[in-house]
Amino acid sequence: MFTHLLGRTPLARRRAMWGIALVAPNVLGLLFFFGVPVLMAFFTSLQRWNALSPPEYIGLENFQRLASDPAFWQALGNTLKLILLVVPTGMALSLTVALILNERLRGRSFFRVLYFLPVVTSTVAASAVWVWIFQPRYGLVGNLLAAFGARDVGWLTRPDLVLIPIAIVTIWQRLGFDMVLFLAGLQGIPRTLREAAIIDGATRWDQLRFITLPLLSPTTFLVLVLSTISAFQIFDQVYVMTARTSRGGVGGSATTLTYFLYETAFIQSQYGYSSAIALALFVITLGVTGVNLALQRRWVYYEAEQE
Amino acid sequence: MTTTITRAEPIHAYDRLPAQMRILFYAILIVGGIVMFLPFAWMASTSCKPPTELATLPLRWVPANPVCLENLAQLYETSPNFNRYLLNSAALTIGRTLGQLLTCSLAAYGFARFKFPGRNVLFALCLGLLMVPFQAILIPEYLLMREIGWLNRFAALIVPGTFSAFAMFLLRQAFLQIPAELEESAMIDGANPLQTLWFIVLPLSRAALAAFAVITVQAAWNDFLFPLIVGNAPDIRVVTIGIALLQGERSTPWNLLMMGSFIATMPMLILFIIMQRQFIEGVALTGIQR
Repeated sequence: MFTHLLGRTPLARRRAMWGIALVAPNVLGLLFFFGVPVLMAFFTSLQRWNALSPPEYIGLENFQRLASDPAFWQALGNTLKLILLVVPTGMALSLTVALILNERLRGRSFFRVLYFLPVVTSTVAASAVWVWIFQPRYGLVGNLLAAFGARDVGWLTRPDLVLIPIAIVTIWQRLGFDMVLFLAGLQGIPRTLREAAIIDGATRWDQLRFITLPLLSPTTFLVLVLSTISAFQIFDQVYVMTARTSRGGVGGSATTLTYFLYETAFIQSQYGYSSAIALALFVITLGVTGVNLALQRRWVYYEAEQE
Repeated sequence: MTTTITRAEPIHAYDRLPAQMRILFYAILIVGGIVMFLPFAWMASTSCKPPTELATLPLRWVPANPVCLENLAQLYETSPNFNRYLLNSAALTIGRTLGQLLTCSLAAYGFARFKFPGRNVLFALCLGLLMVPFQAILIPEYLLMREIGWLNRFAALIVPGTFSAFAMFLLRQAFLQIPAELEESAMIDGANPLQTLWFIVLPLSRAALAAFAVITVQAAWNDFLFPLIVGNAPDIRVVTIGIALLQGERSTPWNLLMMGSFIATMPMLILFIIMQRQFIEGVALTGIQR
């Protein structure tokens, strides 16, 4: 029989059987619940399939339609705008906080907990609270900034403003997460390097500029990639924050790619077309990650390569 | 790989922060901290306001007539199933977390310590799945659930979430750090692989398991998109959907919405306060491994 394939000795064969038995539940579950949908995604994207008609093969028609669909380009544009609003600001803030909390300051563990609190809350609850905060007349933002004429501003109804509150919730909720990643990176920088620099007369600014930031760059890169990927997936905020006006923002002004996908698939029941959107989302995310990877050689410092 | 965040360091006199800088740093931390905390305070304050005080200017941080209990009662009147939603969220969270701990620690152990034909291919295949964002397979996942008759059934909320390539990968890394000699001597003493896993490997990986578990719990409790598409029937709705439903089309009962958000947020805040270290290690761990 085939038992010889499992190993040469009886013991090796027994161990191989154990190994297969141990990995089987998770591997089979993964293949069925995630592997099968991955394959289905490709097939579905080549079909015309909606609630009324049975699936029908139409080749690349869905992708052609996608390329000429203004709603898709608007969603892509909104998503990129959100990324530009969220990622640089979020990274600058979380890095600043991490650098400060890496100093020997009294109460730093208290602040670390405080900054991390929003991370553990649900995006739905957080978004609900922020909708109320941005309420034009009785909201916190309008009243605290009344002196700057921020009263009665329809943050969530104005197409030119709606992405700002969405970006703010996202940054507020993500800051603690990125801060922890930066802190972990900072702890990995050997103290001896900074001590040597201090003896050579380097100022704090010099230490930051020439030691800390270059040695932290692998972490910075990681945070960049992770926060960009997660910004591509913004959905809950849009769903909750634009619920009262028109979901996805007035005139689609807050429709992100993921929201567009949801709407096409589950409101309009266009499974074939929405699968094409899903593949496009996947490819665009991979592409942006690829660009990040290609650019990293220019600014990310890896100690091992210097040898 | 475990990352330790706290560390005791000797204080070197030459590396003291100058006083002005110390003040600046505290100022930034305090202002930032207030911004981080304000939404929670505003949520708590609003959840105790009577409807009349919601539309009163100037804003009050402390309600003039706090009606916390009345609002709580009102919440259950508006959303009679809210407790049900909370229980459903709890069931989803516990089911997914225990399920992942079980299937992923078995698989992680299998991949870490046993040789069998096709091992590397299978492992690479699982890692490949990590690259696919969940959004990309949302539609086929829904169609699959529909095909096997799981739509609006509890199984859809829990079962797919009990398998994870990511958790398996993390736990495998943790298991690989345990010296193999310990397991070998247990085997020689006659323990089978399951006993070795249970009595030797898992106890030695407690820190990684705890960090991984809290992150899974948090993600499961806060999950929204997947339950929204496969489980939006009243009896299996989770609490995140319950909150989203409290937003009315025309007028939103803000005090009740804040009360609901407050109740839904509390369990995670309490868990976080109790297990801060595991949360923070979990984030560092998941971020770094990815």
